[in-house]
Amino acid sequence: MDETILLAHGSGSRLSHELIEKNFLPPLANPLLAKLDDSAVFNFSGRLAFTTDSYVVNPIFFPGGDIGKLAVCGTINDLAMSGATPLYLSLSFIIEEGLTLGELNRIVASINAAAEESDVKIITGDTKVVNRGSADKLFINTSGIGIIPKGIDISGANARVGDRIILSGTIGDHGIAVMSQREGLKFSVSVQSDCAPLNKLVSQMLETSSRIHCLRDPTRGGLATTLNEFARQSEVGIVIEEEQIPVHDSVRAACELLGFDPLYVANEGKLVAVVACDDAEKVLAKMKQNHYGYNASIIGKVTDEHKGRVIMKTRMGASRIVDMLSGELLPRIC
Amino acid sequence: MKFIDEYRDVELGGKLVAKIERLSTRPVRLMEFCGGHTVATMRNGIRQLLPATVEMLSGPGCPVCVTANADIDKSIALACLPDVIVTTFGDMMKVPGSYSSLQRARAEMADIRIVYSTQDALQIARDNPAKSVIFIGIGFETTAPTIAAAVLQAEQQRIENFFVLCLLKLCPPIMKVLLDLGEIKLDGIVCPGHVSAIIGSRPYEFIPRDYGVACVISGFEPLDILLSVAMLVEQVEDGKPKVEIAYRRGVKADGNRQALGLMEKVFEVSSADWRGIGIVPASGLKLRKEYERFDADQAFAIEMKPVREAKGCICGDILRGVKTPADCKLFRRVCSPENPVGPCMVSSEGACAAYYQYGVDYG
Repeated sequence: MDETILLAHGSGSRLSHELIEKNFLPPLANPLLAKLDDSAVFNFSGRLAFTTDSYVVNPIFFPGGDIGKLAVCGTINDLAMSGATPLYLSLSFIIEEGLTLGELNRIVASINAAAEESDVKIITGDTKVVNRGSADKLFINTSGIGIIPKGIDISGANARVGDRIILSGTIGDHGIAVMSQREGLKFSVSVQSDCAPLNKLVSQMLETSSRIHCLRDPTRGGLATTLNEFARQSEVGIVIEEEQIPVHDSVRAACELLGFDPLYVANEGKLVAVVACDDAEKVLAKMKQNHYGYNASIIGKVTDEHKGRVIMKTRMGASRIVDMLSGELLPRIC
Repeated sequence: MKFIDEYRDVELGGKLVAKIERLSTRPVRLMEFCGGHTVATMRNGIRQLLPATVEMLSGPGCPVCVTANADIDKSIALACLPDVIVTTFGDMMKVPGSYSSLQRARAEMADIRIVYSTQDALQIARDNPAKSVIFIGIGFETTAPTIAAAVLQAEQQRIENFFVLCLLKLCPPIMKVLLDLGEIKLDGIVCPGHVSAIIGSRPYEFIPRDYGVACVISGFEPLDILLSVAMLVEQVEDGKPKVEIAYRRGVKADGNRQALGLMEKVFEVSSADWRGIGIVPASGLKLRKEYERFDADQAFAIEMKPVREAKGCICGDILRGVKTPADCKLFRRVCSPENPVGPCMVSSEGACAAYYQYGVDYG
């Protein structure tokens, strides 16, 4: 039988030390982490971006990723969407007793892979183990620090009339991939989570244009919610074209079946950029060269009409309001 | 995506709109009976595409919306019994009953699980033999055969801890009630597609015959709906109302005999309690005597507090097509998908939720 995590692994005992030394340190090794002092200590200068997020995804393994990859990419992406170059992460585990060491090792390995891919170091961490039933297998919190290069000013409040809206690729992949694994909803779908670190894509975009006004990764609440946030924060209107929004066929099919609108389904490896009109094509071309942006598309523009609202031109030639996500996504019944 | 994109073709859509404009010389009032049609209409902006002569009303065809408060209360009471697992379609979770909702009961530790089909509920029953698993059986003729099949399976496989709270309702009888009430003058009905896939087109024949109202059975894609509207307008203009099928890929005149056979075997027609309308004789289904032991109503004793209706909520009027969500004083001010007062705001196929989500009241 697989070795499992026991309450004793979180007690500060020899077992705790062994867990850290055997299961966390070797894959994540770097000089700052290896010191094992109470804090990681390092020098820093310039404008900082600092963010934190907790990850409670269920199931912890899903097509295209796992909770570890998600915890690294999610926090890296939050930094990148502020225009920051992510540097360091903290990593805090809350483990429900009974998680197997095999599962833990897989997750730590994918944390390491995601951190390496994005040139980010994990420099401090913590592990707690709680009684069965007090957590759902594994919760992870990551915080991240990044540095914002000079001259970069990105905010959801910066959209200007005439700007173009660029979406980096297909929407809804993550939400549908995770949903397909849930109890009571199991269905087989060929789509994988798009979970990915976007910091390199963002830095290429920022090198290409100094007039990227807003960046955001449309996670929970999906594309619709992100666009509504921009419209409200910047006090502008947004018009998008249904035709231009890329959606995988399998995601569309699953959405048809479940009664979801892909506009509201979560993404973990996509971004929305609001870019000055003159620079939009240039930024788009650069994005298309990146592995995480090859499906990018200009999906709409910023207007001075219907301030605070998002309007979509439908394929049929009508237009309708795209509101924020209301409540929880639930499967429909008939 | 094959079998979908064909029915969203922009060019064909434009041709159908042009045809409707050409045919329509006088005002017609049509009702899309089905909540699925309401959502598809709003989501695709179809009302904007239609000429001013064509008025579209939303009807009562959303099973969550027409579930009476008393039945919501009963579902919650069942969920609060010890050693019971209640299984339900997701849309039911947030519907407010007189005092609580399934969602709130779940937060207060009742074991309530969302399922996508009766098969999932059966599986939960197999996996939890020490518990009683109750499926909240709401729906129309579309859902009834799947519940019938689950009951038969439970019988064959001797799954003795599976129960159904049978709240099934029938569409043609309630259409008759709406027409008899005479509160709204209709020229045509966009008849439900999925319901008709089961019952066929014949059960609607009394509508043109006795009421002079045109009927076209429609699918759920934009072209399906535009085609159905064109056919309805044509019937009205010709003055020859009849039942036609626009949704030919899904519906045959005789319906689905196997599904009807299952329903017939397990259920018998009974009265049903409709929100906004009340108890209507012969408009619902209940388990036949042979299958009574699966009936949650009979198997569990529950105490019910008096039913209360939400003050100011006009869901009942909206379901009868007498009012629209925009007429409701609570709409958007008090009642929203986050804080729904009535069921039409909860269900994804409810008229209020569709108006709210797709901003129809903004024009």
